[in-house]
Amino acid sequence: MSKYITKRVLVSLGTLIVIVFVLFLMLDKMPGSPFNDEKLTETQRALLYAKYGLDQPFFVRFWKYFTSMLKGDLGVSYVISKNKAVSELVKGPLWLSIRIGARAMALGTVLGLLLGIAAALNHNTWIDTLCSFISIIGVSVPSYVFALLLAYYIGFVLKLTPILYNSRNVAASMILPTIALAMFPTANISRFTRSEMIDVLNSEYILLVEAKGVRQSALIFRHALRNTLIPIITIMGPILVNLLTGSMVVEKVFGIPGIGMLMVQAIQNNDYNVVVACAFVYSAMYIAMMLIVDVLYGIIDPRIRVAKGSA
Amino acid sequence: MSEVLKTHDPLLGDGYSEEDFVFVQQGERLSDKAYKTTSYWRDVWSHFSKNKGALVGFVIIFIIALMAIIGPMISGHSYDTIIIEHQNLPPKIPGIFGGVERGIDVYASKGVTDVNYWFGTDYDGRDMFTRVWQGTRISLLVAFVAVIIDIVIGMSYGLISGYFGGKVDMIMQRFAEILNGIPTLVIVTLLGLVLPPGIASIIFALMITGWIGMARISRAEVLKLKESEYILASKTLGAKDFSIIFKDILPNIFGQLVIMAMFSIPNAIFTEAFLSFVGLGIQPPQASLGSLISDGYKSLTIHPYQIAAPVIVLALLMLSFNLFADGLRDAFDPSMKQM
Repeated sequence: MSKYITKRVLVSLGTLIVIVFVLFLMLDKMPGSPFNDEKLTETQRALLYAKYGLDQPFFVRFWKYFTSMLKGDLGVSYVISKNKAVSELVKGPLWLSIRIGARAMALGTVLGLLLGIAAALNHNTWIDTLCSFISIIGVSVPSYVFALLLAYYIGFVLKLTPILYNSRNVAASMILPTIALAMFPTANISRFTRSEMIDVLNSEYILLVEAKGVRQSALIFRHALRNTLIPIITIMGPILVNLLTGSMVVEKVFGIPGIGMLMVQAIQNNDYNVVVACAFVYSAMYIAMMLIVDVLYGIIDPRIRVAKGSA
Repeated sequence: MSEVLKTHDPLLGDGYSEEDFVFVQQGERLSDKAYKTTSYWRDVWSHFSKNKGALVGFVIIFIIALMAIIGPMISGHSYDTIIIEHQNLPPKIPGIFGGVERGIDVYASKGVTDVNYWFGTDYDGRDMFTRVWQGTRISLLVAFVAVIIDIVIGMSYGLISGYFGGKVDMIMQRFAEILNGIPTLVIVTLLGLVLPPGIASIIFALMITGWIGMARISRAEVLKLKESEYILASKTLGAKDFSIIFKDILPNIFGQLVIMAMFSIPNAIFTEAFLSFVGLGIQPPQASLGSLISDGYKSLTIHPYQIAAPVIVLALLMLSFNLFADGLRDAFDPSMKQM
């Protein structure tokens, strides 16, 4: 197992280094410069380039950035907020995005499990059909379409919540984005829970539990649900990825100053260090999630451990 | 037979006489019933046609694709003609929509009485009906081209990597793993910036990451198939590596790839819509579903009809492709049925 984890961690680290390099390369090829002000003369621009070390060759810059990154220094912002450390600039938006994402994930998991269990218990009835219908819609329709619908009907027509992000009322502002983002996890988890639960409920050990006269609630939550949960970990990866992508658009729909918004803003202003930092944060979160899901699955299901450890 | 019965049989017991027993099937010619053989495709079709969701999905895809082709032709407007006097007109179809917004007949108040815009017009007075179908056309085009390229690249990559194994496989898999480690979103966004905006760039961006899933599936299938006897037979007969890969293995995994492709089409449509929505995709006056949604979003609270049509088409399209792909998967391989 430790060999498998070591291998996965090494691959992840390698991927991260490659990502930083690719990001740097792409930004180098990008049209435009961070100092677009028309009042700047050529000499001033050259001075600015020299000040931030942008006049040096590509590999020198990359090496400098990379070594200082290892010390936790992500450079300074050139445009968005002058000379502020990027690590400071990224912190606030990142925290906001993570909060919304975590809430959506929690909401989606709980709702998904409940729907899935309800569908499995009422297999082949109208409840089952209804749950399947909800989940197929949730899987197919992109989260920003939900975001738009929610913004229009709940935010604008019914005026229950703010339609755009309001920094004075953060709690209420987070309701709609959370619901919009929770649709995909809900749908996916309920679909999976349903099919797993039906399998588990038909197994012999459940028959034994039933024969022993265990209460229905204990049967489901203590005996059946536990074995249902194991395979669900496999779909956590795709769900989290979808959440990351979805969050960027949903942030735009609701005007939330999160990490996605910051990245778009930085891209538009050619603020190199901020773009690299945001993209890096996205990639690091993605890779970390994949790593955790893989390792967790190996720990929970010994069969995977054996198969992958020996390979 | 009858003579045997006439002798005393202790099993018959008392109270039964010979008349109680009747011979059956004596006049019939007994043979095994011959059922009609079903071909593989008929079997697939019978599974598929039983799945109502998949059929509905297929019909909706067909209708939307048809409208994407003929829609811009039958509308009588072009997607890029700007008529300032016809700005922001609500939908008007005689008998269904009256062209009324907030109780006011906008057509009458603007003095536009000679034309009906079925889906209304946008902020530049362009016909939404034409633009929606034109946008659907572009979204579908992007998705199909991207997925076809994905299949070709992913399939070749997976087949070669899986078939040769060893060092080749190791290097190719590490490369795919690292590329897969970069979130699609980051790649696509940055490529959208570096490349000139347009259809080709979007297809390229979709292609960069889309093939990895295909490669993984075809590799896994090759690993399963390459030890089988018919491959050994082919090798013994002196077949070259590439002929084995493409002539013997490929036809057996093609069904899998088609199913995978059907699942990636809605993904590609979504990614294109996402790119256009954040402003990195299709540029005006061209339209795609994503850019139409992005435009409509700006006046969501004032003219909600402008965003309604593209959102409905996008949602229907993604839903139908998912239903269709689900049905196709179950039909090709009933054992994989999940739902």
